[in-house]
Amino acid sequence: MTTATTLPAWFTARQQAAQTRYESFPTPRRGDEEWRFANFKQLDFTGFDKAQRSAGFSRPEALVSRSTGLEAPAAKFIFRNDTLVSSDSNNLPEGVICLPLAEALVSHGDLVEAHFMKQETRLGSAKYAAWHEANVSNGMFILVPKNVEVDGVIEVHHWIDGANTVIFPHTLIVTEAHAKVRVVDIFRSTTELDPGVAVAFNDLCAGPGSSLDYVAVQALNEVTRVIQINETSAARDANAKGFILNTGASWARNESLSRLEGPGSHSDMLSISIPAREQEYDQRTFQHHVSEGAYSDLLYKNTLYDHAKTIFSGLIFVDERAHHTDAYQTCRNLLMSDTAEANSMPGLEINADQVKCSHGSTSAQIHDDEIFYLRARGIDPARARQLIALGFSIEVLERIGHEGLETLLLTFIEAKMTGLTC
Amino acid sequence: MSLHIQDLRATLEDGTEILKGVTLEIPKGEVHAIMGPNGSGKSTLSKVIAGHESYVVTGGSVTLDGEDVLEMSIDERSRAGVFMAFQYPSEVPGVSNANFIRAALQARLPKGEEIDAVAFYKSLYKKMDLLDMDRKFTARAVNEGFSGGEKKRNEILQMMMLDPVYGILDETDSGLDIDALKVVAKGVNAMRSPERGFLLITHYQRLLNYIEPDHVHVMSEGRIVKSGGAGLALELEEKGYEFLKEEPALA
Repeated sequence: MTTATTLPAWFTARQQAAQTRYESFPTPRRGDEEWRFANFKQLDFTGFDKAQRSAGFSRPEALVSRSTGLEAPAAKFIFRNDTLVSSDSNNLPEGVICLPLAEALVSHGDLVEAHFMKQETRLGSAKYAAWHEANVSNGMFILVPKNVEVDGVIEVHHWIDGANTVIFPHTLIVTEAHAKVRVVDIFRSTTELDPGVAVAFNDLCAGPGSSLDYVAVQALNEVTRVIQINETSAARDANAKGFILNTGASWARNESLSRLEGPGSHSDMLSISIPAREQEYDQRTFQHHVSEGAYSDLLYKNTLYDHAKTIFSGLIFVDERAHHTDAYQTCRNLLMSDTAEANSMPGLEINADQVKCSHGSTSAQIHDDEIFYLRARGIDPARARQLIALGFSIEVLERIGHEGLETLLLTFIEAKMTGLTC
Repeated sequence: MSLHIQDLRATLEDGTEILKGVTLEIPKGEVHAIMGPNGSGKSTLSKVIAGHESYVVTGGSVTLDGEDVLEMSIDERSRAGVFMAFQYPSEVPGVSNANFIRAALQARLPKGEEIDAVAFYKSLYKKMDLLDMDRKFTARAVNEGFSGGEKKRNEILQMMMLDPVYGILDETDSGLDIDALKVVAKGVNAMRSPERGFLLITHYQRLLNYIEPDHVHVMSEGRIVKSGGAGLALELEEKGYEFLKEEPALA
């Protein structure tokens, strides 16, 4: 299988063009609207190199056993530094293409080309999208054909291993008409001490009447930085759900764009972030209503401890002909310390008629009366605050609508909250 | 053995005195009711016993079987066996009722010991059935979107699950229709025992038709001004609190 490793010409050409763009685009700087409040120091990637494919890796079985996830995933893939370590996809329905991207580029080059990075990155990270495109070598290509439903969840692990390593994982998911799939990406580091960078991209293309749920768990070590760009398109009557959990990394930049392209399309954009210590999460979102009669609903919740910092900037954009749009956007911040900082910039631009839109953001600490109520039931103050914070996140978690995934995410959330002083 | 409140004085943070020397002893096995007009300090009394931080205790004592309650933290008081049913219970979004009660029970166990989940749900369902609570309330977030009556039932459910030595019910009857009131009373009556005492704080006599008190006290301007048997409540119902204005003059 690995003998036919010639990459298609279109892909090589795009990588070259992307490299040129990457080099020519300026690094974001103060004054760029898409980088308001951002920490520009985080954008210096000097000294970080793309991982060498085979360098110094002798014990795949140890990584496999550390790749804990769902009890019985529909398929499971494990990558270390963008190289496949292990895969199991024997139980998928017939016709489903679920392959490492490196393999799909060779075996299904035309299909990949039809969907690969089609949208223009418009939330500030065009330079880093180009960096990703120029360097991407692996990830997943998942295509679910018409009327096929994948039961369960396709689970993908991405590990960064070794100091000063950069990975460029790509997740491309396509659901054809009335197809259904759920995918979870889990990003982690093999050690707590090795700095790394992940420049991840996910392309989600939900075809007519299909259902596409995508969950990303970012639990990298706290000396690693991550840029994650999500681009979703939803055709007529499609249901697209994107969810990001941030517990790890020293700095994370998430850009999420949903394009509602057909009437009746529905996009849920969800996120839970739990930064502590000096962690910074910078999230930018765009709900683009191209079609009339579509629905988008964004709910981002941040629970901030210690000196953590978050930035949320969201825009609902309703095109001229996108009448009868329903679009909602909420960012809520729970401040667990006096020194945490939450910045929210909700936005709305409506160019159509008969539109229902709302946007809002709140920041609050836990109310004393709430703490009193829990303490009056015998729960100590630290546990009371933890329970309330957990409940705050669980409200978003429940929107995933899949018990196994909710339980998995809860383990990451609880692992993060355990040991945090509040 | 008793809950003993002796000459208790408390102020708001700004120094306004609300409790001006309250003395009350509730032996186990007894149900005491405190009645009184609005602003008499009866709700403050329950909050001070529970340890609410908006009040400053300036004098007196509260002891539970001789143990100094005022020395305990809020959560220690609860674990020691004092339960307060709130007049306005808080909502705890995202925390299911079952998990909340479980966390409260877990807090009473020694470190490392875990609740038996099967026994827990069995016990929970049994009590919910007694309180005519639908099973869906186990999964719903604590008090969120509950009606007034549902919140009060939920307070009684928590009390039954936590099995306190003393239950203090702060205006549990306010805002309840007669059916909800009967259910709440059923819960309290089911818990009456020689090992447990109750303090019912209420504005109206109505609750006492369903939970018969052993003693009734009238509170006014931060003091207990009159004590009697169950009959006193009926007398108050008939005559109102007007007598309070005259009686201190007689005394």
